[in-house]
Amino acid sequence: MNPYAEYAICLLLLIGGAFTLVGAIGLARLPDFFTRLHGPTKATTVGVGAIVISSVIYFSTLGQGIGIEEILITAFLFMTAPVSANFLAKAAMHLKVKTTENSRGQPWDQ
Amino acid sequence: MMVTALYITIAMVTLAVLLNVYRLIKGPDAPDRVLALDTLYINAIALIVLLGITLGTRMYLEAALLIAVMGFVGTVAMAKYLKRGSVIE
Amino acid sequence: MLDRLSFPQPWLSLTLFITWQFLSDGVSGGSVVLGIILAWGIPQMTQGFWPDPPAFIKAWRMPAYLARVIRDIVVASFEVARLILSPRPARPAFICYPLELEHPLAITILASTISLTPGTVSADVSDDNKLLLIHALDAEDDQEVIDTIRARYEKPLLEMFQ
Repeated sequence: MNPYAEYAICLLLLIGGAFTLVGAIGLARLPDFFTRLHGPTKATTVGVGAIVISSVIYFSTLGQGIGIEEILITAFLFMTAPVSANFLAKAAMHLKVKTTENSRGQPWDQ
Repeated sequence: MMVTALYITIAMVTLAVLLNVYRLIKGPDAPDRVLALDTLYINAIALIVLLGITLGTRMYLEAALLIAVMGFVGTVAMAKYLKRGSVIE
Repeated sequence: MLDRLSFPQPWLSLTLFITWQFLSDGVSGGSVVLGIILAWGIPQMTQGFWPDPPAFIKAWRMPAYLARVIRDIVVASFEVARLILSPRPARPAFICYPLELEHPLAITILASTISLTPGTVSADVSDDNKLLLIHALDAEDDQEVIDTIRARYEKPLLEMFQ
């Protein structure tokens, strides 16, 4: 295998794994629901995107062509992450989930 | 070198899955649990893609694609249920 | 009868058709037939949910906007990672953002962009489409967040949807 492709794959894999882990740490350790929402929507989406892109590079260097599935997975993830975050935020505001004391402003429900 | 990176990444994603399960059990509110499930399915996609690279086959990507589509529908249905008390009005 | 055979959303139909060809592992006779059926049926079934077609005149500005958003997503995730791992507690805030955009599709694009970029998640749109509720993970100053979003994302979208 081309060494540059191998370096790129390793780098993308490690970055992806690190971001996925950071997203999960954020989910586990941040104080209230609305702050927890930030970890999965950004860090995890980017992390899984990086892992999927490394898979694209790996299979294309093996001569199996550029995978359509991987591109569709990345596109679906990036399109659906903000939508599900928005739905969950609306549900949480409706249920009047507690926020931490040091957060400014008020959620509204209508 | 790539095999080492692959194993380190699998370990990190597995740790992430365990942290998600912690949040899923601890709660404390229903939206937190739905958010944990949402993150779990995204991490499952990552694990499936990593398994595909390890075994050198692209068969598993079909499953990952299906999880990506169905997981989103599931999250939206649960969020809608929490907000309205029903999924289809 | 004949008007039922039309394609009310040509771009949606085209996207559905192409996505179906990708999903069905290569173009074949069966996938083309089923793709055409889906491209006709799904817009018919969802017609009630689509807002009026936007005045999407400046579509060529979209790639530049997308490139900026993708770059910002990468920068934002490093920022969020730093905030999550730093020991000092974050200063979360709910911010009301007064919208200048009017078209529902433009507001949707702006809300999705905000959710994916710098420490902010869009939470809700008011019923009259005038206010957007944003939750920021770490905000020193509300006005600063509003100004950043206005300059970086809403201005290009306003130019696109005029």
